[in-house]
Amino acid sequence: MNIIELNNVGVTYPNGQVALEGVNATLRTGTICGLVGVNGAGKSTLFKAIMGFVKPTVGKVSIAGQEVRQALKKNLVSYVPQTEEVDWNFPVLVEDVVMMGRYGHMGFMRRPARADHQAVDNALERVDMGAYKKRQIGELSGGQRKRVFVARALAQGGQIILLDEPFTGVDIKTEESLVALFRSLAREDRLILVSTHNLGSVPNFCDDVMLINQSLLAHGPVETTFTQSNLAKAFGGILRHHQLVGADLHDDEDRRSVTVLTDDERPLVLYGEEGGQKITKHGTEE
Amino acid sequence: MELALEPFAYNYMVKAIWVSALVGGVCAFLSAYLMLKGWSLMGDALAHSIVPGVVLSYALALPFAIGAFFAGMLAALSMAIVKQRTRLREDAVIGLIFTAFFAAGLLMVSINPTAVSIQAIIFGNILAISDQDINQVVIISVVCLIVLCVKWKDLMAVFFDENHARSIGLRVTALKVLFFTLLSAACVAALQTVGAILVIAMVVTPGATAYLLTDKFDRLIVIAVLLGSVTSGVGAYASFFLDANPGGLIVTLQTLIFLSVFLFAPKYGFFKRRAAANG
Ligand SMILES: Nc1ncnc2c1ncn2[C@@H]1O[C@H](COP(=O)(O)OP(=O)(O)OP(=O)(O)O)[C@@H](O)[C@H]1O
Ligand SMILES: [Mg+2]
Repeated sequence: MNIIELNNVGVTYPNGQVALEGVNATLRTGTICGLVGVNGAGKSTLFKAIMGFVKPTVGKVSIAGQEVRQALKKNLVSYVPQTEEVDWNFPVLVEDVVMMGRYGHMGFMRRPARADHQAVDNALERVDMGAYKKRQIGELSGGQRKRVFVARALAQGGQIILLDEPFTGVDIKTEESLVALFRSLAREDRLILVSTHNLGSVPNFCDDVMLINQSLLAHGPVETTFTQSNLAKAFGGILRHHQLVGADLHDDEDRRSVTVLTDDERPLVLYGEEGGQKITKHGTEE
Repeated sequence: MELALEPFAYNYMVKAIWVSALVGGVCAFLSAYLMLKGWSLMGDALAHSIVPGVVLSYALALPFAIGAFFAGMLAALSMAIVKQRTRLREDAVIGLIFTAFFAAGLLMVSINPTAVSIQAIIFGNILAISDQDINQVVIISVVCLIVLCVKWKDLMAVFFDENHARSIGLRVTALKVLFFTLLSAACVAALQTVGAILVIAMVVTPGATAYLLTDKFDRLIVIAVLLGSVTSGVGAYASFFLDANPGGLIVTLQTLIFLSVFLFAPKYGFFKRRAAANG
């Protein structure tokens, strides 16, 4: 089902900085969509525009055929920002923070029902933070804090989950469990939109990918869109780029080469003739 | 024993005690939020900004609460607007606005000295206010308390993480306006009991004390409200014997409690922290 429609969305910040222009895209439920681009490409801005936190200067965002405000009222969208701008000394426990994700489901007094407590416990278990329920939020490590906010988004149970660089600062084990989590959420017919700099993991878990740099450079299924030529467009010359051609690898006439592209921790490995039309399904750790 | 019960023989003392306790509780409830946001001085600013409103309503023979309330709202709104439109920091904005309002108030009193004694506004005295004023204070406090009891979680969500509050469909701007409305109203009530200068203590100290005692916001509110109302009631009661200004007594009591908590709190107290640092 088509759920997010971006119609010629453009954002210009008050200082004159053009962060996005002419973004047209339709995102559907039941998929994980990766959002990649260089620093400053406008990924976070796109998230904020979808949430209505920055007003698009031109164009329109609609969610499930409604205005953003309406969609938020119905708890359709959960959002995990890149950095949380909260006061870490605030006297709330981990479980209180996750419970706030449930407020939209409660009556006007916000008195939690049994289902709400269950949703909170479930969400915390899913990010493996069950043991930290009673901690004050400032008493957690950076990665643990991140996981708590992912849990809050899960507890909210929106049909759309937006995650702005959820893997930054979390360890490999957590990253893998988050990926497994996103997959199961997508199977529940939700839309997961994730921005990341770990290019290597994109083919691993995303169904679709959007490459942006101010404008939308490419958008489509990973197999056909996440190609070297598109990546070169999105990242220009700044990817670390290693190509091992046939001669380095073996003595026969095979003209295929291995291309290793990396933006961050996980390199992307492409293997094939023109420097990789085919994508191996697994980014490898070097 | 007889002596200890003596204040209760006087109608005006009984009233003073429970009205103080009520106002103290409401202010303490709000203090829990103010302190978290680093807006503690906002209470002080509002209390001072109210002065021109009070003077004006006396001059026009309106109930003081009306003028006070509108002056307070006007000040709160101007603070919000100046903050939004400039890059000035909160403290500068607060200082700027409240001195401007207070100056206007002083000016009005000096031009029209018969209207109201500035003394009464600045020092307040629950023992000396009229029945009509007491009714206003009670109505304001009860309404504030009810609204706070219904909306405290929504306000907490907004104060903790505004963007998230927005993303779950809460009406953030409306809730903020609601909060400043309550704050202005509570300041008006507190003005009558402890006076403009000491309102700041009523909307800071209980929250700050409770902050050192708990990591849960609901408990923080309960502790703050208990502290606020007990100290206010006891302060008013004790003023009978000491023949002292109740506002001064209330705030002194609150400060003493804060000091002992600061030193001895189980998790965040001075001694506990030092012990933890020394292993
Ligand atoms: N509040 C703001 N005011 C003005 N310009 C901004 C603001 N926020 C972001 N920008 C600019 O808009 C552009 C897009 O920023 P954005 O944060 O969306 O990038 P991003 O793709 O999320 O980058 P990163 O990978 O570093 O997170 C950048 O050039 C940035 O400098
Ligand atoms: Mg970003």
